[in-house]
Amino acid sequence: MIADDAPQSTTHMTSTGDGSAHELLQRLIELQQTYHHIPWTEIERLSRQLSLSQSHIVGVIEFYSFLHTTHQGEYEIFISDNITDQMQGSRLLAELLAKGLGIEIGTTRADKRVSLNYTSCIGMGDQGPAALINGYTLTALTTERINQIIQRVDASTPLDQWPRSLFEVSSKTRRKDIILNSEYIPGAAIAAGLKNGPTSLLNQLEQSGLRGCGGAGFSTASKWRFCAAADAEKRFVVCNADEGEPGTFKDRYLLQAHTDRLIEGMTLCAAVIGSSTGFIYLRGEYRYLLQPLNEILEQRRKAGLLGQSILGQANFNFDIKIHLGAGAYICGEESALIESLEGKRGIPRSRPPFPVTQGYCGFPTVVNNVETFCNAAMIAQRGPEWFRQVGTPASPGTKLLSISGDCERPGIYEFPFGTSIRDILHACGAQQTLAVQIGGAAGRMIPATEFNRTIAFEDISTGGSFMIFNQNRELLRAIENFTHFFRHESCGFCTPCRVGSSLLAKQLSKVMVGHATAKDLDEMSILGSLMQKTSHCGLGQTAANPILDGLGKFPSLFQSRLRATSFEPAFDLDASLEEARLLTGRDDPDAHLEGGGV
Amino acid sequence: MSSPIKVATASLAGCFGCHMSLLDIDERLIDLVGHIQFDRSPLTDIKKVGPCDLGLIEGGVCNAENVEILKAFRRQCKILVAVGACAINGGVPAMRNQYSLAECLEEAYLHGTGIDNPQIPNDPELPLLLNQVHPIHEVVWIDYFLPGCPPSADTIFTFLDELLSGRPIQFAYQQIHYD
Repeated sequence: MIADDAPQSTTHMTSTGDGSAHELLQRLIELQQTYHHIPWTEIERLSRQLSLSQSHIVGVIEFYSFLHTTHQGEYEIFISDNITDQMQGSRLLAELLAKGLGIEIGTTRADKRVSLNYTSCIGMGDQGPAALINGYTLTALTTERINQIIQRVDASTPLDQWPRSLFEVSSKTRRKDIILNSEYIPGAAIAAGLKNGPTSLLNQLEQSGLRGCGGAGFSTASKWRFCAAADAEKRFVVCNADEGEPGTFKDRYLLQAHTDRLIEGMTLCAAVIGSSTGFIYLRGEYRYLLQPLNEILEQRRKAGLLGQSILGQANFNFDIKIHLGAGAYICGEESALIESLEGKRGIPRSRPPFPVTQGYCGFPTVVNNVETFCNAAMIAQRGPEWFRQVGTPASPGTKLLSISGDCERPGIYEFPFGTSIRDILHACGAQQTLAVQIGGAAGRMIPATEFNRTIAFEDISTGGSFMIFNQNRELLRAIENFTHFFRHESCGFCTPCRVGSSLLAKQLSKVMVGHATAKDLDEMSILGSLMQKTSHCGLGQTAANPILDGLGKFPSLFQSRLRATSFEPAFDLDASLEEARLLTGRDDPDAHLEGGGV
Repeated sequence: MSSPIKVATASLAGCFGCHMSLLDIDERLIDLVGHIQFDRSPLTDIKKVGPCDLGLIEGGVCNAENVEILKAFRRQCKILVAVGACAINGGVPAMRNQYSLAECLEEAYLHGTGIDNPQIPNDPELPLLLNQVHPIHEVVWIDYFLPGCPPSADTIFTFLDELLSGRPIQFAYQQIHYD
């Protein structure tokens, strides 16, 4: 698909315009687009308009990676820095780009023309290396494409005059199963839901055994039922399209190629729980999808499938707003997502109460993944037996996988639950595989000895990320990448995660540079398990997984780099005196330190 | 308890606040007198650390001399403890880490206000500064960490008391939490 909307820079936005504090994040995103930073005068204005303190507003700006108080370039470029991008050569291309633009990575050029940074995975693992420019996705970067970018930045060519091919996002599927092979009939699921009533629909969902596809696997029927049962005057339907887990991009595909199924599923949910307002929380990295999504919402309104009196039912009104994220992985956590929807910093709430009883603005809220809503729509249309015909008893149906890394055919695959990793690797043409990272950075690293294990909630559960590493790869680089990812994405609210993720990154770098001893590995294990037990939310609880899995399943990766001594300094002692030697001109014996530990 | 344990202490890049807190255990010092014998310490003025049971280190590592002292302590002490925020995290001295060493020295000795005869000191007597201030566990293995700025006298006393009695070291919540 071509991101037709790329040129339209600033005006088309999503905010509700109701002047409430909930608008804050959407207003800030607009301002960032207009001014390439949030000017202080605008912070003052927002503070008055929304009755929020200036420090609160600055706090929100500083929380989100794509918002800045300091001036960024007219072209804001972010290079996706996931391990799969790196394996496709992203780091070299980034350096080439930096050199061509005459800028250091992580800075803004003096003339304010361009800024260049790395960012976490932007969901293009099957067509990387990828980058964002003013929010729009550049795919399949090569040296040739990098040169095109440099030329156009230098010539100040407006984005709408850039070649469309640079922005092309392919949504090819490599394997289809019952879901993708079934035809979607517009309105059929809603009609069935309205005809049979909420109870019957919930029973159908329950019989189907549909479980949340974001990775946690909570029963969808139970979630909707709890929400419907909660005593409240309003209820909300929220689609979690903040697909931030490194290596996953299947929601991008669904949002792009099966938007109607998603909206149908959300509308169905609204019918069941009794809701008039829904939100799609679209990650900022997918803003190229904003306009197509809004167009489809509009088409459905015209077709009587959304808005007032849906399918002619006088008392069934439901509409959907799209809310953009601004570069924060933690907002994929449902309670952080709700905070962000309310325009605040995305800090996870304490649970319980769960969103099904107290979610958006304190009202009962269903938050489901994109794939879950799509599946729910198809189940209402085709029935539970159809869904259960594949999969396992505990994990019925299929799972969309985003396959990337070392294989011949990366892309979207639909597999029945219960499929073995070996079969998946075979299907995508992976050879001499050393390990697979399943479920993203927060998931598990699976060695070849466990390739007979299966994708299923009762075995290896996943939100859909499937990254393959062959025997030529240095797995420690992947572990380092994931560990740095968590350090960057920790929201900073709780100490075990905020401090722990930094300490882990430091200790791992001590291993990488060859300064670590066996004691350091013990320390990493202790710290990792402390983080698992004491962190506030899933991010901190899983941030140590890459290191703990690495230590458990690939101990030689670490041990081969250890010093034999009992302890070594974390840095080169003598080298760290070099700057002082230069400044003082000294080179006497006391101006040097012996290396090595004690 | 039989023979007293030998204790050495040092303040590296610190402010001596942790040592003051050690003294702040007041009359309980008298309880400790029979059980503790000080080796190298600012309290004794012994210059070189000898074999010890326990070493208490205040402050982070900011220069070459700090590194040497810390390594000597690690060689000589059976148990080595990081006492206070600076030893554990680098603390206030580590705030210079966001600047280069050249920036720091130039500001202090060349471009600052009221400087007479501007020059960066280079006497060999002076220990050279590391380009960053480090917590002590980045240089040697540390057995225990006593948080606080400074750790309270109670915390320090509890630590010594439990160590002397051979009990596992445990603190009341208020002694090690600051929220």
